[in-house]
Amino acid sequence: MPDLPFSSERYGPAERRMAQALVALENRILHPRPTEDCACRQGMFPGLSRRGMLLGGALLGGALVARPARAEAPPGAIEYPVQPDPTREQGRMILDDGGYGSRSQFENEIRWRYPTASLDSSWSMTPLASGQGIITPSGLHFERHHGGIPNIDPQRHALILHGMVDKPLRLTMDDLKRMPSASRITFIECSGNGLTEWEKPTLRTVQGTHGLTSTSEWTGVRLSTVLAEAGVQDGAAWILAEGADAAVMTRSIPIDKAMDDAILAYAQNGEALRPEQGYPLRLLLPGYEGNTQIKWLRRLEVGDKPFMTREETLKYTDLLPDGTARQFTLTMDAKSVITFPSGAMQLPRPGFYEITGLAWSGRGRIAEVEVSADGGKTWAKAALQEPVLDKCHTRFRLPWVWDGTETVLQSRCTDETGYRQPTLAELVQARGTRSVYHLNAIQSWRIAQNGEVSNVHA
Amino acid sequence: MSTPRQSPLGSALALAMALFPLAGLAQDAAAPRSVAPLPAELPDSGEPTPPSPVVADEAAGTPGLDADFGIGRPATAEEIAAIDIDATPDGQGLPDGRGSYAEGKALYDERCVACHGENLKGIPETGGPALIGGRDTLAGDKPLKTVESYLAHASTLYDYIHRAMPMDAPGSLTPDQVYAISAYILGRAGILDETAVLDRETLPQVRMPNAEGFTADPRPERL
Ligand code: HEC
Repeated sequence: MPDLPFSSERYGPAERRMAQALVALENRILHPRPTEDCACRQGMFPGLSRRGMLLGGALLGGALVARPARAEAPPGAIEYPVQPDPTREQGRMILDDGGYGSRSQFENEIRWRYPTASLDSSWSMTPLASGQGIITPSGLHFERHHGGIPNIDPQRHALILHGMVDKPLRLTMDDLKRMPSASRITFIECSGNGLTEWEKPTLRTVQGTHGLTSTSEWTGVRLSTVLAEAGVQDGAAWILAEGADAAVMTRSIPIDKAMDDAILAYAQNGEALRPEQGYPLRLLLPGYEGNTQIKWLRRLEVGDKPFMTREETLKYTDLLPDGTARQFTLTMDAKSVITFPSGAMQLPRPGFYEITGLAWSGRGRIAEVEVSADGGKTWAKAALQEPVLDKCHTRFRLPWVWDGTETVLQSRCTDETGYRQPTLAELVQARGTRSVYHLNAIQSWRIAQNGEVSNVHA
Repeated sequence: MSTPRQSPLGSALALAMALFPLAGLAQDAAAPRSVAPLPAELPDSGEPTPPSPVVADEAAGTPGLDADFGIGRPATAEEIAAIDIDATPDGQGLPDGRGSYAEGKALYDERCVACHGENLKGIPETGGPALIGGRDTLAGDKPLKTVESYLAHASTLYDYIHRAMPMDAPGSLTPDQVYAISAYILGRAGILDETAVLDRETLPQVRMPNAEGFTADPRPERL
């Protein structure tokens, strides 16, 4: 055991361990090791990591004992020694995390970056397979940046609202926080979610096929409140929203949406927005494609026409087989996916499993989710876990006994408008396979006879 | 250190006074008190103090509850001009300045070529997409969506280069330079000829090949 910086009599074994862990942590920060490609980061998959999950338990225990003294904790965790019997000695000291908690070192889910060539314009995906309930932890919310993550001092940030308004306004973060606030729990989905899956099954896990959707509680000022303060002029029809990142990201928003349920959000899940989610201010447009929900928001310009920015012309338009493209396809249609069992998992043996997953719609509440365990021949109604909220991830569950034969699992949802999630064949029939965006078809997971779960088109 | 305590009677009275400020009692601070003193200020417990969002220099308004909160202040013309950078298809927002194909070629070779390539067909390893080519591919099996084949408005090209390119130094180009590089890209795309000069008058008149290529969202009526 190395000498500790704490020689005082007052420190017992638990404090000493804590101090040791802090020294180790500091060492890690001062002498970072090159990041390793570690298969143990996959989470919830065959033979890996999550305690109690399928085959994972024993292996992790073994790995821990064998770990070197300066083993690295997963991101967001601090590595502490495991006590032989936590009932026989005091646990670690209060606040040794510095006053902002960390997760257990045994939990290692992380966002996964899609391997785009550009690191500045890239995206990372939420590990849906391990998600519980409907809220995505802020640190696992998917990301899409077109110019990296800016680091903005909120004291120096202001929102400027101008254009077709009576009174152009400059609002600081303090100003916005003093106005009447609103919170809502809602999903954000990138319209590129699933773009790899149009033609053939491509990515293996639900994180890869569906990980560009996440749900948070968002808090801020209603955009309608701020617009009323400025006084919108007759003839106004669109609003340009602009970010303060290196892409100076811009999108045009219909004014009806702005007046309806748009929020200028400064908080996520009870605390300030994460930097990668737009700190200190983002636009929240419940049910709209993620790209429109401009992060690091610095400017709103009210106009009478759409502004035709690059992201609503060259990108985020849906090319059809006849060579024309749909533009301003802003609302995300109803979609669902089974997150357990899902791609690259392994069912150890026939028997009971609870099928679970998420359903959501940009047009309202989820009314019904059906699950098929025979490739779409028959469907059973899944139970919807409360709360079932407007434009929000909704958790569904269905008990199921797997008889050990090969089969295909699917889910399909219907929202309160009566819209039912299409099959991939229906979607391709209507739009071809080249539209890139807005793939909301039914996902199929094949369960092989040996229990392997894989992504298939069925 | 002992914490000052107040009597239960005192606190009950203090609460009553806070709830029903009796004119005589509350207003006349000099009147002799007949009851126990109000509680002393709490000693500093070491709790962190939360920041207050109340700021001193708020604009005057006629505060109501639906609008006119008197929060924030009018944005000045200079503040707006400093960040109002968008250019739209009708030419609004395009700044003064001009640039030619020849000037644009020199700038492109210096500032853009590393990621978009000498032939403007993109350099996949950098993520820099092709800027030209792809006409007549949109209805085919391998559609190539570029400025040339897909973009509906030349203003978008100006706007995007100005705000976001070059990727390694965004926002570093002057209006003259952006006009020139736009002229070069549109020239290489065969949309303009090599003598073209772009400015706030001529750029909105550029006719893009795919100008009519976009339709409105037919959902949810149609899939
Ligand atoms: C360091 C690499 C790099 C340099 C230098 C660079 N670009 Fe780019 N450019 C990119 C990347 C990466 C993208 C895609 C960005 C995205 O998708 O978010 C891009 C996108 C574009 C686009 C949009 C194309 C489309 O189809 O969406 C245009 C136009 C463009 N660049 C023009 C330029 C011009 C003009 C210059 C020189 C002034 C330049 N670029 C310099 C990397 C670069």
